[in-house]
Amino acid sequence: MQAWALPSAQAQAAEKLVVGVAIPTATHSFTSGIVWWANQAKAELEKAHPGLKIIVKTAATAPEQANQLQDMLTVNKINTLVIFPIESASLTQPVAQVKNKGVYVTVVDRGLTNTQSQDAYIAGDNTAFGKLPAEYLAKSLNGKGNIVVLRGMPTTLDNERYDAFSAVMKGHPEIKVLDAKYGNWNRDDAFKVMQDYLTRFKQIDAVWAADDDMAIGVQKAIAQAKRTDIKQVFGGAGAKGAVKKIMDGSDPLIVADVSYSPKFMYDAIKLTTEARLKGDKLPANTIIPSVLITRENAKQFYFPNSPF
Amino acid sequence: MQPARTDTTVSPLATAVARFGARIKGLGPVLGLLSLCIAGTLLNGDFATLDNLMNVLTRTAFIGIIAVGMTFVIISGGIDLSVGSMAALIAGCMIYFMNALAQGAGGNLAPITMLVLGIAMALILGAGFGLMHGLLISKGNIEPFIVTLGTLGIFRAVLTYLADGGALTLDATLSELYSPVYYTSVLGAPIPIWIFLFVAAAGAVILNRTTFGRHVQAIGSNEQVARYAAINVDRVKIATYMLLGVCVGIATVLYVPRLGSATPTTGLLWELEAIAAVVVVGTALKGGEGRIVGTVIGAILLSVISNILNLTSIISVYLNAAVQGVVIIAVAFLQRGRK
Repeated sequence: MQAWALPSAQAQAAEKLVVGVAIPTATHSFTSGIVWWANQAKAELEKAHPGLKIIVKTAATAPEQANQLQDMLTVNKINTLVIFPIESASLTQPVAQVKNKGVYVTVVDRGLTNTQSQDAYIAGDNTAFGKLPAEYLAKSLNGKGNIVVLRGMPTTLDNERYDAFSAVMKGHPEIKVLDAKYGNWNRDDAFKVMQDYLTRFKQIDAVWAADDDMAIGVQKAIAQAKRTDIKQVFGGAGAKGAVKKIMDGSDPLIVADVSYSPKFMYDAIKLTTEARLKGDKLPANTIIPSVLITRENAKQFYFPNSPF
Repeated sequence: MQPARTDTTVSPLATAVARFGARIKGLGPVLGLLSLCIAGTLLNGDFATLDNLMNVLTRTAFIGIIAVGMTFVIISGGIDLSVGSMAALIAGCMIYFMNALAQGAGGNLAPITMLVLGIAMALILGAGFGLMHGLLISKGNIEPFIVTLGTLGIFRAVLTYLADGGALTLDATLSELYSPVYYTSVLGAPIPIWIFLFVAAAGAVILNRTTFGRHVQAIGSNEQVARYAAINVDRVKIATYMLLGVCVGIATVLYVPRLGSATPTTGLLWELEAIAAVVVVGTALKGGEGRIVGTVIGAILLSVISNILNLTSIISVYLNAAVQGVVIIAVAFLQRGRK
């Protein structure tokens, strides 16, 4: 089981290290960022460490990903796995099978339901994803006003973000969260939900769109209704278009964002591979912090070549 | 004497009653829609405002236009699962093409010409994809379910590839020039609503008043009999898929100016919405029978449900899809008397 903990010369280890990377298919801009950053890590690391092999596989559904794990184990003979599980519960058993064969497992973002099945866990900070916008909006509204919220899809990840947002808002009794509905991380759905909010509420001061893609649909709906009461639309995740707007100060509604970059895929592969090459282990939990993006620091979060 | 007497005295009343009964049954969906609207108004006074009704009708336009085309395909006994992906791919190609023109490939073309070329391309692509479906289904003799299930994946994958997984966004100048197509009102109603009305009216005329329309219905009722009646079944089938493709093209032409971009999630699950709009109000999924008016009402019904859910917060947001499902099944249940 601990074959990989054997200390060995780097070059020697690199010859034997085969890293399997299992990630979701690019179905929307965030996952396409995941795919892009995974391939970026593969290219850089394979160049830096001759003999190292990184296999990137994308899957659209949990069963497909489970099949890929089997293939990677039996055909590609991987000894390290970095996986972004499509679903937490249904991938727990397949990942455990792989780990039981002695493969070192790093789980990224969506956790497994049983942490025994992993060696390390690397994730973005979903609590900060909800907390930072809440604090920022509360401050810019001077603790008073009406906010509407667009949530992502009904998932535990979305609940975590929304709970963190609500917890902050509890401390600001004069801010009213008028309603929170699902925009499914989709521009079209966000457009419709926002249209309906605009019909329903005559005075809205700010929108927490909880995703940069949804913020685009929200802004179109505001523009169409010619409403001027809304002072700010806070997206989320730090998509390059949104970061560019913040950097240039070109959009009065988009002035801040919170990072949740798919770059953590790159970080996860890099951290895991480098640790394995040295024969080290990763800490059990690594949280890639979510940071408030404003005009001052936006440059650090702008990756023009990434699709996200 | 006796039979004649019953004929003259009972029959007019009986036929009137029967006709009234049939009409009530035909009115079922309209009554369903009306009661849904009344419920909406009771739940939220803003439901009945003109602005809200315009919003709902405008957003219905995409699915509605596609559903009109889908009505023909379903009546002829076919199905098309690819329309959502097809709309996304057409939107992507259109934006890609117009951006290329704007960035120099178009030479000295005026922006309006680029726009017209982009729109023409959308319609041609739609017809082309429809032709491809029609040929594979009729000449290739493959089940429509399989063909369009295959292209569903192909279309979306190609779009994702074109967009490099991210978003394809229309050039800013063109976007500004194009956006009135979605956002401008003519005689008090946004353009998409007028186009939707026009497409629906044209669809109804074609279905009910032309030889082609009768052939579509004949094929759906019984393909063998239609063949014996010397109907060119293959050609009619190909035409229905092309018609649907053009409808998808028209919907896309209206869709692109709304957000000015296409992403891999554009048009996700539109196929289900379009099929639901067609069948919820009476068109038989097994083919042979159906009406365009029913499709229009079905499409409006579906968007009204989600609009009402957005305007109220009585029911847990987790249950939105459940409420939609219940209403859809309830309306279909009211329709059960029809074949």
